[in-house]
Amino acid sequence: MAVETGSPAIAEPVSHAANGMARHHLYIFAALLAFGLVAPFVLYPVFLMKVMCFALFACAFNLLLGYGGLLSFGHAAFFGSASYVSAHAAKVWGLTPELAVLTGTIAGALLGLAIGALAIRRQGIYFAMVTLAFAQMVFFFSLQAPFTGGEDGIQAVPRGSLLGLVDLSPDRTLYYFVLAVVFLGLLLIYRIIHSPFGQVLKAIRENEPRAVSLGYRVNRYKLAVFVMSATLAGLAGATKAIVFQLASLTDVYWTMSGEVVLMTLLGGMGTVFGPLVGAAVIVTMQNYLATFGAWVTIIQGCIFVLGVLLFREGIVGVLSKWVKKPL
Amino acid sequence: MSDRLQGTVMFELLGIPPQALFGQLLLGLINGSFYALLSLGLAVIFGLLNIINFAHGAQYMMGAFVAWMLLNYVGVSYWWALLLVPLVVGVFGVVIERLMISRLYHLDHLYGLLLTFGLALIIQGLFRNQYGISGLPYQIPSQLAGGQNLGFMFLPNYRGWVIFASLVVCLSTWFIIEKTRLGAYLRAATENPTLVGAFGINVPRLITLTYGFGVALAALAGVLAAPIYSVNPNMGADLIIVVFAVVVIGGMGSILGSIITGFGLGLVEGLTRVFYPEGSAVVIFVIMAIVLLIKPAGLFGRPA
Repeated sequence: MAVETGSPAIAEPVSHAANGMARHHLYIFAALLAFGLVAPFVLYPVFLMKVMCFALFACAFNLLLGYGGLLSFGHAAFFGSASYVSAHAAKVWGLTPELAVLTGTIAGALLGLAIGALAIRRQGIYFAMVTLAFAQMVFFFSLQAPFTGGEDGIQAVPRGSLLGLVDLSPDRTLYYFVLAVVFLGLLLIYRIIHSPFGQVLKAIRENEPRAVSLGYRVNRYKLAVFVMSATLAGLAGATKAIVFQLASLTDVYWTMSGEVVLMTLLGGMGTVFGPLVGAAVIVTMQNYLATFGAWVTIIQGCIFVLGVLLFREGIVGVLSKWVKKPL
Repeated sequence: MSDRLQGTVMFELLGIPPQALFGQLLLGLINGSFYALLSLGLAVIFGLLNIINFAHGAQYMMGAFVAWMLLNYVGVSYWWALLLVPLVVGVFGVVIERLMISRLYHLDHLYGLLLTFGLALIIQGLFRNQYGISGLPYQIPSQLAGGQNLGFMFLPNYRGWVIFASLVVCLSTWFIIEKTRLGAYLRAATENPTLVGAFGINVPRLITLTYGFGVALAALAGVLAAPIYSVNPNMGADLIIVVFAVVVIGGMGSILGSIITGFGLGLVEGLTRVFYPEGSAVVIFVIMAIVLLIKPAGLFGRPA
């Protein structure tokens, strides 16, 4: 089941699980936060928000693949449906943005529970196919359901005001809201990975029969991590709907599921910061190549092929080898 | 989004319920022919290579495009295309297997899925760049134009031919794998490649040829599909996801199982289009959910 049998697993000292955050991780998080605070004065805030939403999405996905060893090819279902629900809640029900995001996240969690409970009944390749098929079902549902607006999606979603007090329409104000959401999401993922629960997950990933023989109820752990991953992917999608004031079929289509796999693979699966890097690279690339149409797809395909053949550790995986520390 | 046949056109043409019913069942059988051909190829490849060929849909699309190119650039007829296209695309598959997939056998099977997914993106992107997404027409060969009035329904000749050809190809594949010496090698290599290699059989070559054969099946399905659906770079992308669901429902343990599941699910989809049209796009996925609940290994699968 171990996904990165090709890359030598980087042994993480177990003591970190008990004593909070490893020091170099603390530094990196602090640097990321500092960068996040000043970035909107240098770079275009909407672009940054897009990167952050996808970074959270990729990290949520990596929680499942890199630590749970489960390759889901249907994560767009959670990302996309959460973004629909969040957009609907903000636009039609008139909820404040934080409540809209919360509603969307809960939708992602519930969908994750339903799909996860069925998908964990199969392993390996079948698991990937089952999740992909269910995501396609969610896509067809989104195409036909009355509240999703079909091909148009839900447009002109109001950004609203935070807690009814702070107007989020200016890009920079919204930016700090998104930064807070995403940063807390990343810290939560870090906490999950380094908790006793996370250690059991890694044990299951490395050797499932052994974990069973040690008395762990493997399926409960798998379902739990699946739901967590779906919830956080939902959080990312729900936030994205508020940022772009749009929920559309793109978010729920299989290409989106493929993109998040690509971000994680490129950044380094099973690393803490890899998906962040992967998301930043892919989103930047899409931004610059947007005018070239199908070339984006072709380049993404090439990255997949080269990544699998030559570069399985990903960017951060390679860096981590250089500095000889888990990143 | 999907280019699979939409029943509504038939519905309006015929109008009368029994004819609509048979019309939809025919469409279901046609879709089922493609499900069967494609899931069969996936099963054959999975059996020996242990990877899921995500590029299967793209290779099916290539089949249709190569047939179109042969007709429009070289003037090769449909009947020659039926023979040539699987060869051309099959050789393409062999090259892919030798250059790329063969480097992944010592790794987790999921890498094979990721690699072929990347290949699918590249192939689809290249064709979209060259031919756009509007779709190209492919004439039904003159020998198969027209149709038969069966009394209770009108059967276009070409559609009858597709069902017939698909059945023949599926059953021949079953025959080769279950009843011939080559098939025996193949099944033995699936069970224990090391031992089969020790008997002096060239297992890597067997693996390569198997992949080429699976790809050729997808390409053949593409040629059969070209005159029915418009030839379009995205024609395989959505179809392959449905075929994955078909494969999960049937389980990949048995060749006959794949064929029966493919045709059966096509029929179920056709029936759904008659009685509850809104559900026709998702009915196969719903069945997949039910099968996962009741018999997780699939209808014809062996429990892991």
